[in-house]
Amino acid sequence: MKPATWQELIWAAVLVGLAAFWPMVTNGYWLGIGVDVMMYTALATSWMLFSGPTHYISLASAAFFGIGGFVVGSGMSDYDASFWSMLALSALIGAALAALIGLATLRLSGVYFVIFTLGLAEMIRNLVSWVQNNFLGSRGLYVLTDFTDTHLYWMLLVTAASVYLLGWIISRSRLGFALRIIGGDETVARHVGINTATTKVILFTTTGFFAAIVGAIIAPRWSYIEPNQVFSPHLSFFVVIMALLGGSGRLWGPVAGVIPFLLIWNWVDSNFPNQSILVLGFAFLIIVYFLPHGVVGRLEQLRARARGRS
Amino acid sequence: MLDILVSGLLLSGTYALVAMGLNLQYGVARIMNLANGEVLVLGALAAFWLYTTAQISPILTVILVIPVAFIGNWLIYRFLLTPLVRRSKTQGALEVDSILATFGMSFIFIGIMVSIEGGFFFYKYLSEPIQILGSTTSLNRLVAFLIAVLIAVGLYIWLHYSRPGVAVRALSVSTEASGLVGINVPRVSALAFALGGTITAVGGALISTFITLDASIGVVFTLKALIIVIMGGVGEIRGAIVAAIILGLVETGVATLIDPGLTLAAAYFIFVMILLFRPQGLFGRRAV
Repeated sequence: MKPATWQELIWAAVLVGLAAFWPMVTNGYWLGIGVDVMMYTALATSWMLFSGPTHYISLASAAFFGIGGFVVGSGMSDYDASFWSMLALSALIGAALAALIGLATLRLSGVYFVIFTLGLAEMIRNLVSWVQNNFLGSRGLYVLTDFTDTHLYWMLLVTAASVYLLGWIISRSRLGFALRIIGGDETVARHVGINTATTKVILFTTTGFFAAIVGAIIAPRWSYIEPNQVFSPHLSFFVVIMALLGGSGRLWGPVAGVIPFLLIWNWVDSNFPNQSILVLGFAFLIIVYFLPHGVVGRLEQLRARARGRS
Repeated sequence: MLDILVSGLLLSGTYALVAMGLNLQYGVARIMNLANGEVLVLGALAAFWLYTTAQISPILTVILVIPVAFIGNWLIYRFLLTPLVRRSKTQGALEVDSILATFGMSFIFIGIMVSIEGGFFFYKYLSEPIQILGSTTSLNRLVAFLIAVLIAVGLYIWLHYSRPGVAVRALSVSTEASGLVGINVPRVSALAFALGGTITAVGGALISTFITLDASIGVVFTLKALIIVIMGGVGEIRGAIVAAIILGLVETGVATLIDPGLTLAAAYFIFVMILLFRPQGLFGRRAV
């Protein structure tokens, strides 16, 4: 990843400003798509902040996302807490859990990390269901708020913009420089005195923090929360596909993956619901075999070639 | 207590077999195969489908599965994974690519399986109760265990006393050095990958006789096999067996004493302990 420029930040600000008007011009179906786009943009961008430079594939998004939704649901229906306090709490829990997982797995080779995150959402779902069945009684939780899709859209837009801003700041900081060296060669990074484990844990913690926030914000959309639903492992796969489809070279890469993938996915899901999992599989294969650097990488390659010719 | 011991041990037989399969794929061919569990479920689906439609005994299916799974896995390695092996400059890059590619394959397998059988693979075979050491279990568990042990012993002997077996073990120690002493690395890797996949599919056919599976359960088995491989030490057959016994016992213990829904959490607990205290595995050598 190259350090982000002021020019990029200005462009991003303009786009965020324009995106804020989306609920004014649409509603219903397209607003729903807008909420999805913002949700996955926030998730995929924060995923990319960690996985882009380190090349560690995190499949933990669903776990943090689920924790966000579950904390909001549990707090609001069991303890009458306010949405905002639960939002803050879920972010803290997500970050703390990510830090613990990072400390346990990120000191070792990347494979352990992938394996660990692979079943994490499922494991937490089992634990939560068990605790609920044996100690809390009720299985579902109600999240009743006055928020409409428009409010959720704006909240997610702010989250996505914050992730972007954080990524922009990191990429210009010492931390971002350290990450670029780790991404280039981890052994070199260790020899020039970078604490690679700490750097990775910090980045992974931000991923957990933001995924939990997104999960908490989405909770009111469902109004009824059940562990099976918020801890659905598919979310993690979606985030990985979208982020990689966009490409890891640029901060805005994931957005370029989120929008086309969501549009294709919605089309497939409504026309061929039984084949949707096959599409997920082929999407992974296409990325690995034909778009190893994502859409953004391919575009930059084409641009470089065009420039070379002229 | 004895019940836990008996059923835990019987369960660990098939676990050990499946973990050996993954060990061959990861330890020798250096492919982190996340579609491993789906290959297992494919084996289970074959057993279920042949038994319910044609009354073919799952034991016979095990034999039928062997050539099909071997050729299938060999083709996957040859045409889908070899380009990745050639492309990658480092082991890390290969790991990322193979994880994503096999992940994609796992979804394609699930999609295919769902279109064949969307529900549970439920059938009854040899489900009569039997007594072992005073504890009651079912015959199919014992049969599956014995077949798993038979295959595992055969594999162990093959790896230790045959020429191709030695080549496979050499590859697990060092890919580069094996090439230098005249081992055809791409060929032996493909052999190990295909063999690993075959063993996994066989394990799946065996497991299906006593556990009811469905098309989307594969990932749980992938995870368990990975935990066993890591616990035993990558490339260590004996370690995998000991680790499989530990996992089988702990899972059965947690399921009977606390709650069946917590078996995955128990597996995770073991995993975390291993990562924290013995990341090279119980029998593994510390990397230099």
